[in-house]
Amino acid sequence: MADLEMKLLGLWCSPFSRRVELALCLKGISYDYIEEDIQNKSPELLKYNPVHKKVPVLVRDGKPIAESLVILEYIDDMWDDKPAILPQEPYERAMARFWARFIDEKCLPSIWKAFWGPKKEQDEAEKEACENLKALENELKGKKFFGGSSIGYLDIVANFIAYWLDAIQKTAGKTILTKESFPLLSQWKVDFVACKVVKENLPPWERLVAYYQIRIEAAKASNDDGKIQIY
Amino acid sequence: MAKEVKVLGKWPSPFVMRARIALHLKSVDYEFIEESMQPKSELLLKSNPVHKKIPVLLHHEKPICESLIIVQYVDEAFSTGSSILPSNPYDRAIQRFWAAYLDDKWFPAFQGVSRAPNEEAKAKGLEQVREGLSLLEDAFDKCSNGKPFFGGDKIGYLDIAFGSYLGWVRVSEKMNNIELISKDKTPKLHAWAERFSANDAVKDYMPETEKLMGFAKMLMAKYQAAAST
Repeated sequence: MADLEMKLLGLWCSPFSRRVELALCLKGISYDYIEEDIQNKSPELLKYNPVHKKVPVLVRDGKPIAESLVILEYIDDMWDDKPAILPQEPYERAMARFWARFIDEKCLPSIWKAFWGPKKEQDEAEKEACENLKALENELKGKKFFGGSSIGYLDIVANFIAYWLDAIQKTAGKTILTKESFPLLSQWKVDFVACKVVKENLPPWERLVAYYQIRIEAAKASNDDGKIQIY
Repeated sequence: MAKEVKVLGKWPSPFVMRARIALHLKSVDYEFIEESMQPKSELLLKSNPVHKKIPVLLHHEKPICESLIIVQYVDEAFSTGSSILPSNPYDRAIQRFWAAYLDDKWFPAFQGVSRAPNEEAKAKGLEQVREGLSLLEDAFDKCSNGKPFFGGDKIGYLDIAFGSYLGWVRVSEKMNNIELISKDKTPKLHAWAERFSANDAVKDYMPETEKLMGFAKMLMAKYQAAAST
């Protein structure tokens, strides 16, 4: 594989950004990392992702790719000589993609809303979040990781649940992912975070908790009725 | 003898259309099971317990849900016919990016127009839809590289993702007396839309505008009735 210029525009606390870093590390791909300031987006970010203006953006030889799930598939397609991230068999691939979309479209938004949504909508969101987590719990039956005996695409996509959720639970003083209700997910979290390559690509715990605390205070102060954006 | 491939769907759905176009491109024989959706059948609820939506593809009784996931599955599971996704990883990523944009941003904005509570909201919604079409006109230019489709010489993933919405775009244009995909503002998309709709793999599944408009009016009446209770 020719060594072309590779850079990742990311954000230290973003689970979406960290997904891409994890995938690049799993494949052993080196890249330049550029930390973006979300409050003050760089001209480069606006140039490479004019549609969404978000991180992560992977740029290879000047060609940008945005949206974390799209980037993960690109990395797997591009470096197919390295251990695969997605399953090989078409039905298994379809299942992995299905649950990845489920996590991003249903699971994460419901979790976010349960903790930081408008006060009057939190109880309903919490019920929904638990139902969504139950569906994922079922997917782990008989497996150590979503990817089987080692981490794969769906484990990477579920990163938020393994680590970021704990930081949110701590900041809010409320827990929804308990060992009693979700024994498989609880064990998966421990196993996922214990993987060397995962450990090396997580934001520092204290810094993440402090960061979430600041954002909550800021949202309260601005009377935004709980409109905290996920990033 | 039961067919090994079944599709649970309904004729007005752009998402169901995607699955049917993909199967056609791959020359896969299948049984189409028209779902009434009211009530949802046992088979649908069993096959898609998470979302309870159509389309569902059943291959040897194993269900696959979510239209774009079905299209990719069909591309990967069947080696007959032409490839749906391009072979180049970067081109694949670009098509996946725009397909996700269509489903996550553009179509919700489009739906928002018909559900707008007042004229001001409607105008704002239309502006968003048109901005999106302008981006897609540009994307067509880059993806097609002078060829007839987003996928090049043949219909591909992004053609299917976007083209399946054309029936509803035409309904919106007729009902609101406006042009969305126009010869002067989005000439390339305008020409592409005609080519796509006439294509062998598409024409049997593209609903007639009048019939779809009738269905749309019925849906709107239902929505307004529900909103006012």
